Amino acid sequence: MADIPVPAGRAAAKRRRPTVIQGLRNGDTFAHVFTLLCAASILLVTAALVYQLYANSTLPLHKFGWRFLFESTWDPVNGDFGALPFIYGTLVTSALALLIAVPMGVGAAIFLSELAPPRISNGMTFIIELLAAVPSVIYGLLGIFILVPFLRQYGEPFLKRTLGFLPLFQGPAYGVGMLAAGLVLAIMVVPFIISVSRDVLMAVPVEQREAALALGATKWESTWQVVVPFARIGIMASIFLSLARALGETMAVTMVIGGTPAISASVFAPGYSIAAVIADQFAEATGNLYIHTLIELGLVLFALTIVINGLARLFIISTTEKGSAH
Amino acid sequence: MRKPLTFTIMMAGIALVLGCFATFHSSSAVPAPAAPSTLTGAGASFPYPIYSKWFSDYNKLHSDIEINYQSIGSGGGIKQLLSGTVDFGASDAPMTDEQLGQAKTKILHFPTVLGAVVPSYNITGVPQELNFTPEVLVGIYLGRITKWNDPEIAKSNKGVNLPAEDIVVIHRSEASGTSYVWTDYLSKVSREWESKVGRSTSVKWPVGLGGKGNEGVTGLVKQQPGAIGYVELLYAIQNQIPYGKVRNSAGEFVKADLASVTAAASAFSKSMPEDFRISITNAPGKAAYPICSFTYLLVPTKIADAGKKQIIKNFLTWMLNDGQKDAEPLSYARLPKEVVAKELNQISQIQ
Repeated sequence: MADIPVPAGRAAAKRRRPTVIQGLRNGDTFAHVFTLLCAASILLVTAALVYQLYANSTLPLHKFGWRFLFESTWDPVNGDFGALPFIYGTLVTSALALLIAVPMGVGAAIFLSELAPPRISNGMTFIIELLAAVPSVIYGLLGIFILVPFLRQYGEPFLKRTLGFLPLFQGPAYGVGMLAAGLVLAIMVVPFIISVSRDVLMAVPVEQREAALALGATKWESTWQVVVPFARIGIMASIFLSLARALGETMAVTMVIGGTPAISASVFAPGYSIAAVIADQFAEATGNLYIHTLIELGLVLFALTIVINGLARLFIISTTEKGSAH
Repeated sequence: MRKPLTFTIMMAGIALVLGCFATFHSSSAVPAPAAPSTLTGAGASFPYPIYSKWFSDYNKLHSDIEINYQSIGSGGGIKQLLSGTVDFGASDAPMTDEQLGQAKTKILHFPTVLGAVVPSYNITGVPQELNFTPEVLVGIYLGRITKWNDPEIAKSNKGVNLPAEDIVVIHRSEASGTSYVWTDYLSKVSREWESKVGRSTSVKWPVGLGGKGNEGVTGLVKQQPGAIGYVELLYAIQNQIPYGKVRNSAGEFVKADLASVTAAASAFSKSMPEDFRISITNAPGKAAYPICSFTYLLVPTKIADAGKKQIIKNFLTWMLNDGQKDAEPLSYARLPKEVVAKELNQISQIQ
């Protein structure tokens, strides 16, 4: 096989590099530019959104400043507003939702990936993924007509009787309130956790499981101590995805949270979340300060989600060992 | 694809040709029908049932006129009217001086129907009608009266076995005209309420749960033992929840119904201001129900489009004469005759 002589040198290199027209023809440059535009457009839309939120919040920003984040009043008549009850409500309902949904979801995912026979696993996963697509208003209706009466008549009195010594479970049992909102959110985010976690768990190489079993581990030990840690990153990603959904969830929370801008230690108490107050009051709000304050609340929610997601990303990065497979 | 550039140009060309084809085809094959004149309005949700009936009846009478109405709430209606995106607005509460100052032209208020706000309740073992005095209502909503068997409530309800149940106060979570009427009444009968809370579509409620919309409050009252909530009369009747009598300024306990509401409006018809912006809560007179309000259509005086101007004037005339008979079957009270006469005069102010 004779070597084909390749001309060397700069001039020759220039001749070898494709011209612009050739680049367009073979699609490389076009693909490069097109996908760049797509990525840039998302950033542009986000930047425009933040700019609009900020530009429309200047009035309350000047009037309240940073104390907006720490005040609790909500007085449209006298123009005095504070965001603390809404931030509190958003965080508490999301935390409650995750507290309930994560064990349930990860447990279900482990069952579906490790312990269930394949037919059952596939069938149940199909149904669970359909649940993830149900609109949130339906969950809100489920909350109002089924969950709230149940909580008022059985759930909350039961918690009061057994755990009533904790300030967390004191106060009158209205049915609507933080607990109802947290439960509805939990029901909404569980399908996400299950479906993503199950996928990640099933992607763990079978050699890992076999190695653990070969070393004498029981099935549970191999699952809990080898497989789940291996899939840790994906499971955490699913948890943060559901946290993002819970923070921003509007309709379902509005319908069951009880519409009261107040901070209370008890989960039975009615409260309010940022998304819920905007959904409730924006359409009828009159007066520039009122409207712009609601927009500023939107900015606060945006910042909140950025901060929480950023912390989540940092957490994932810090717990990923260098040189690990993922 | 060997040559993506050529492919892209080809596809673009085909799309262009098909597009031209479609426009030519549609414009030449089917002559465009005469477009109906349309009017758009937006605002209060309380009168939406009767407004939608009126607009559809009017369209049946004049098939070339379409009036679209979006019930987005009184505040939204005022906002849209001020920004000029709708031809007319609708609101339960009259516009404030500040809002009128923001308008480019003078805005006229046309009362359309009357509504009443009633205190509905759900007390275990008490299905009958209760009597509420203004002091009791203020006390409940300020959080001073917390149990149903409080002596102040028992005083006006002799013979009723009131249980020692906690009162669960329900109010509206979002801004609403109904809240405005309720807080306006409480402000009139109590200095304490006026200074502590005030009157507005959205206030800082001292106690209570927030329900979304009249429907939300009704739902919460029905489900929650011991609840009290204020709702429009229509909702209380349709959902069959008990609602109480309220003592009016003449000392009589009056139940809200069409006659007592019209009586409240009539009491003010002599003192009705020129612009119809009046609060008719706590009306004088023995038969008047104290918690009612007009609901208004908000129409600009200067309307550029002559066709639209004529449509609005004709519609308002029709509404004041013929449309009023649709009010009572839908549980709205009709306007008193004197008010109708004054409004017919006001129509001529629309230039």
